[in-house]
Amino acid sequence: MRSPDSATMGPMILAGRAKFAGADRTSLAMIDDEALSRRAPQGQRGQLRRDQELTLTVPHGERTATVVLPEEFRYLGPGDIVRISPAEQFVRVLYRRTSPHNVLFFTENCNSRCLMCSQPPRDALDEHLIEDILAIIPWMDEATPALGITGGEPTLRHGKLAEVLATAKAHLPRTSIHLLSNGRMFVYPQFAAQLAAVGHPDFMIGVPLYGDTSATHDFIVQAKGAFDQTIRGLMNLGAADVPVEIRIVIHRQSLPRLTSLCRFIARNLSFAGQIVLMGLEPTGYARSNWSELWIDPASYQDELGRAVEILEAGGLTARLYNHPLCLVPDHLRHIAARSISDWKKIFLAPCASCSRRRECCGFFASAAMRHSLAVQPL
Amino acid sequence: MTGLAPSFGGASEFLDPQYELLPFRFMRLDEGRYVATNLAGDYLCLSREQLAAFIEKRLPANDRLLNDLEARQFLRRGYDLAPLELLAAQYRTQQSQRRWFTSLHLFVGTLRCDHSCQYCQVSRAHDAAAGYDMTPETADRAVDLMLEGPSPQLKVEFQGGEPLLNFPIVERIVRRTKAQAEGRFVQFVVATNLALLDDGKLKFFSQHGIKVSTSLDGPRELHNRNRPRPGRDAYEATLRGIQRCREQLGHESVSALLTCTADSLRQPEAIVDEYVAQGFRSIFLRHISPYGFAARSQQRIGYETEQFLEFYRRGLARILWHNQQGYPLRETYASILLNRILTTAPPGYVDLLSPTGLGLNCLAYDYDGDVYASDEGRMLAQMGDDSFRLGNVHQTRWRDLFLESELLTIADETMTEGMPGCADCAFQPYCGSDPVFHHVTQGDRVGHRPSSAFCRRNMEIMRHLIRSLEDDACAARILRQWAL
Repeated sequence: MRSPDSATMGPMILAGRAKFAGADRTSLAMIDDEALSRRAPQGQRGQLRRDQELTLTVPHGERTATVVLPEEFRYLGPGDIVRISPAEQFVRVLYRRTSPHNVLFFTENCNSRCLMCSQPPRDALDEHLIEDILAIIPWMDEATPALGITGGEPTLRHGKLAEVLATAKAHLPRTSIHLLSNGRMFVYPQFAAQLAAVGHPDFMIGVPLYGDTSATHDFIVQAKGAFDQTIRGLMNLGAADVPVEIRIVIHRQSLPRLTSLCRFIARNLSFAGQIVLMGLEPTGYARSNWSELWIDPASYQDELGRAVEILEAGGLTARLYNHPLCLVPDHLRHIAARSISDWKKIFLAPCASCSRRRECCGFFASAAMRHSLAVQPL
Repeated sequence: MTGLAPSFGGASEFLDPQYELLPFRFMRLDEGRYVATNLAGDYLCLSREQLAAFIEKRLPANDRLLNDLEARQFLRRGYDLAPLELLAAQYRTQQSQRRWFTSLHLFVGTLRCDHSCQYCQVSRAHDAAAGYDMTPETADRAVDLMLEGPSPQLKVEFQGGEPLLNFPIVERIVRRTKAQAEGRFVQFVVATNLALLDDGKLKFFSQHGIKVSTSLDGPRELHNRNRPRPGRDAYEATLRGIQRCREQLGHESVSALLTCTADSLRQPEAIVDEYVAQGFRSIFLRHISPYGFAARSQQRIGYETEQFLEFYRRGLARILWHNQQGYPLRETYASILLNRILTTAPPGYVDLLSPTGLGLNCLAYDYDGDVYASDEGRMLAQMGDDSFRLGNVHQTRWRDLFLESELLTIADETMTEGMPGCADCAFQPYCGSDPVFHHVTQGDRVGHRPSSAFCRRNMEIMRHLIRSLEDDACAARILRQWAL
């Protein structure tokens, strides 16, 4: 996978207000360029002009819509896709051709309400999001390395998920697809089988699991019965040979059963492709519940070491996300990924003299409230 | 800022205080502790008081032990289905290979041998004797019969006698199997003392990816005393052979088996050290089986189970010590058991299955075409007891080996899930049955557990392994790696 280059990516503002003229309904537009190999239909190719103002013009039925974009959208380039919503005077970037981090945002709705959700769900009538996604996949560059599917809980759109996957397989056969799901909907075996039947060559589902008992997991995701559904869902995915990874966010509520959870996974869910142990992202609900969640990663190094040892002894691949190198034991640093996107990442004062800064995931910029006290240059 | 934001529920709202027990087994591990296993063998050690409190539902609702028991499917809360499905999946995975039926096939190409080991399990014939070689017609029929079975994975093992004394039959069986196996995965192993190894045979092994299993009983003096051969150079011949195999076929292509005699029992450390000195990565601390010549001279080389257990514990300690010194060496029997204790992988070891692996996982084709349910069953027939003979390759059809023999009755009798003494044993999920052993030693295929050496030996080894996992962090780290 290509790694993002912060110099060319610049700050990523994915949505913002804009000034509209000549447009009266929501529509999709792709920034056009003669050199593109994949293109939107004629009526949805927009022209981007960079004069004193950043202006997008798009055919709009008989007329032409003109959208004056704020400066933050200057990064837009050929092949990028936006949704323009004149009623709300709003523009959202749906796809960036040069980014390795594109996501298909399925819905804002969710059937769980995790204590640390970084993107709190909303009850919204947003079924149209899927229709947009189905429309734009054929316009995307075949060289797109990866697409994430996220929400909300994407499987709430279960009727359309297989169709999206099949569309991606048909139009982007070399793009890996990663779905982030709480796994509960896969308690229906036929749903797991339906996704498996698409036969996508590079598809994986990341499923969070926060405990090895129903009380622990259900409390953290704030949904009674969720553990039962997620476990059975994972087993259905395993039985259908759909690749899964399991994600464990480590915080004060999940830490007490972390090692026993890893033991449980090694015994029961050994079909998982990898197990990701994740640091807390201080965004969304995590900020609201900070005092009940925050624990300095430097203080759980022993548990982390034992968890990884149990997983690896079980033949599983363990990875660490959102764990800065100086906060994990030396022998685990090789499994720590640079998991924080460049546009969300900062380094702290002690990092200035660190020799391993380039290999490090850094810190969430949103963690204004608190960082580990143990940060030190390596 | 303390506590959860107001719109979130507290932990107690998500805890269902009611639970019901799921089926499990328990027994004493040692003075202070009990070991409990769930239906598929996940285990937990606990005190008598904890066990009683759990069963009588006296443990506090969010007790750590109760959580551990829930995570191992000893209980379920409310109407949760996940614990039942997890148990079912574990059990199904463990049994998953049984549906493929017989995969291990042993061929006795000749009964002749150039060694005259006193314990020989195979009732050898003198190496110049006539009439003890498998004929080409018998070999062809045996291969054809084997291939009538449905297993997609086959392991063809040449036993003896000394297979190299009738090498053309080895070549014939390998070639015929390969020509007709059509997409099945076939592994070949030749069990040989390697004394008669030559370039031609090595080349054949290399061409066909054949693995070599040889015998190494320990240091020179012990090996040569156990394995008499004209010239008294069995040890030297074996080491020469091992060296040549490693050079030509690769280091991992040759493994060694140990047979222990009364002499061996006194020197587990020296035996283990010999395996390390010879560069082996695994050693199988095997007990001697009461078949073949071994049964006849049991007075001389026999020994008590307790002596073997002492030997085993000392040997294992030495192996762990070598691991701690940085030399990775596995004990095979411990690996087999740890694989069952710590994982849900389907067990591959045919001598420890429920129902028995006899016939259902293993068939032995004798030089004269007789088919036995196991190699031990074949050795027993050499002593005049053909209880485990299933037929003959020239007369018996594949299905009749199973349906017209006593095999189904034997399978029915040997499911430890229902065997007296096994059904309630905490180690039932890890163990199996050995109807040949009990037939020989107790005159009954099921056997009497309290007086069974098989039971005593397995129970003690399992206790020892679980205690090591629980009490010795350093040993546990090594043992866990063996489970894979």
